[in-house]
Amino acid sequence: MTETQTTAEAVTTTRPTLLEARDLHVEFSSRGRRARAVDGVNLAIGEGEIVALVGESGCGKTTLARTLLGLERPTSGEVRYDGNPLTYTSKALKTYRRQVQLVLQDPTGSLNPRHTVYEAVAEGPRIHGLPDEQDLVSKALSHAGLRPPDRFFLRYPHELSGGQRQRVVIAGALALNPKVLIADEPVASLDASVRGEILALLLRLRDELGLSALVVTHDLGLAWNIADRVAVMYLGRIVESGPVEQVLTAPRHPYTQALMSVLPESPERVVLTGEPPDPTRIPGGCRFHARCQVLASGKAAEAGVHTRCRTEPLPILPATPEAQAACYYAETTTP
Amino acid sequence: MSLLELDDVSVTYRIASGDVPAVRGVSLTLDSGAALGVAGESGSGKSTLAMALLRLLPRDARVSGRILLDGEDVLAMKWGRLRAVRWAEASIVFQGAQHGLNPVRRIGDQIAEPLLVHDLAKPDAARGRVTELLEQVGLPAWRARSYPHELSGGQRQRVMIAMALACSPRLIIADEPTTALDVMVQAQVLTLIKELVAQQGISLIMISHDLSVLADVCDQLAVMYAGRVVEHGPSSEVFHDARHPYSRALAAAFPTVGDPASRMAPKGLGGDPPDPMHLPTGCSFHPRCPVALDECPTLDVELWAAGAGRVAACIHAKPATATAPASAPATEEPA
Repeated sequence: MTETQTTAEAVTTTRPTLLEARDLHVEFSSRGRRARAVDGVNLAIGEGEIVALVGESGCGKTTLARTLLGLERPTSGEVRYDGNPLTYTSKALKTYRRQVQLVLQDPTGSLNPRHTVYEAVAEGPRIHGLPDEQDLVSKALSHAGLRPPDRFFLRYPHELSGGQRQRVVIAGALALNPKVLIADEPVASLDASVRGEILALLLRLRDELGLSALVVTHDLGLAWNIADRVAVMYLGRIVESGPVEQVLTAPRHPYTQALMSVLPESPERVVLTGEPPDPTRIPGGCRFHARCQVLASGKAAEAGVHTRCRTEPLPILPATPEAQAACYYAETTTP
Repeated sequence: MSLLELDDVSVTYRIASGDVPAVRGVSLTLDSGAALGVAGESGSGKSTLAMALLRLLPRDARVSGRILLDGEDVLAMKWGRLRAVRWAEASIVFQGAQHGLNPVRRIGDQIAEPLLVHDLAKPDAARGRVTELLEQVGLPAWRARSYPHELSGGQRQRVMIAMALACSPRLIIADEPTTALDVMVQAQVLTLIKELVAQQGISLIMISHDLSVLADVCDQLAVMYAGRVVEHGPSSEVFHDARHPYSRALAAAFPTVGDPASRMAPKGLGGDPPDPMHLPTGCSFHPRCPVALDECPTLDVELWAAGAGRVAACIHAKPATATAPASAPATEEPA
């Protein structure tokens, strides 16, 4: 991983890039201080690819997702869709949002309790003035696994189970025939037994409709279940990314290793102390160094990288599909 | 001797449209210093059961059976006695620590409240005890002066645990104590709970829909479906080698990262939880069961022995001889 300056096009990917974040920065001002929520991110989502974006709350993963949706404007850097940078006029955004749709976390909160299933799903096609509304709604509902669709038209959210409600939310996103779904914790508020069904639905939508998806989650099991690639985010940056099989079976960044180690049944736990630090005070050097177990154990010093860990900022990882980690110690252990 | 004994406990909610049986004949025992996990999806009755233990249910709930806490029937207690038992002998940690704390009172005062109310300490001594409790849950003493909004989610959950510990109860009931928390913070809180159980000999009942979390913390696991315990046994056996198809589905819902069998294959359970007012006949699980037989819709299931210290309410766990029409005692040879 030495070619740090390249972007996705330079590398031969099996899937052409559809949605991309390039050197993206998003800052907010928080009580007079600047919070660097997204602090330099390169990320590419290929056609028909499912990418899991993993991290703790406060790491900036939701801000990154919102910026990819055009709901936040980047401070610098750009979002590119289908090769073109996103423009922020209301007309361009409206067109963009037919292509890239959001699926929210809590289906109970994101459905209007006084709207029927039909109205909830038809809202998008109505806003965009699409013809054959009923046909679109029927198709979207059956793609989301609510069959026969007309049986659900006149139901209200309270008459449905949690899993069915999440299917309605997904149908609402599908009604516009998007190319990309951005799902923020799509199963976090669902019961264990329903969880697998909704994840299987996302996989099926990829197979049947060729949909790409960015799934924002803190759940590594979800990434293992459905994602092709995983990107691990810490304090505004992607610290490790690559194919799920590689990253989740042989994680190289100490933060990924710690996240993996607290999964039930993992042999040895690395419980990091404290909570994710503050995006208004990003530490110098490697942003993880204050919590890093490899640095604390002295292994980084043995490898002679401890000074760099504390003082030298790491380059931003490129948007390559191959496995990569932003860690001085990991670089010394692999050629 | 067992600290808690539930004998045929049922809870029925009486609402305008009829009776809703939420818990149907649950018998469980918990030894002193042991940890029992209760698993199930929303509507399985697990939280209702937890609330029934301290008679915290609303007025429209009718509880029957016997709940013996240290040999004393909770259901027969007078109000004064019940008030003394709550907090001092058994306390509850609720899910959603955000809402369990009073936003306009300092943390220290809230932790001290049960001590003062129960006359277990004078205000001065209570302050010392608060410091001690904060230390036990891994928070610095100065946090006593903080307000809830100054704390993170994980810290608030620690405060809730400190409150539950305040009166040195012998039993703690934790209802989804880590659901809203991040993986790393969840690991911290679970480690804390495990330590408290091990070091202070406190008994624990933990409720969750995540079997992997329960298996990690508890010695025994009871799986509930439609108001009944459908499987009960040592937790690692129930988790890894469930006898009831519902427990199997719950266990498979959270995959083991690295297990090739679950890669790109999320496993769920079809169908929806049953409506408690219209429960299916026979085994209530049969409409969703992947291994149901012809007799399941009419079979009266009960908890059959399913190995050492294990029981399961499934026809497949039923002793072979007992499946014959004339149900004889389960012996190798006919008498």
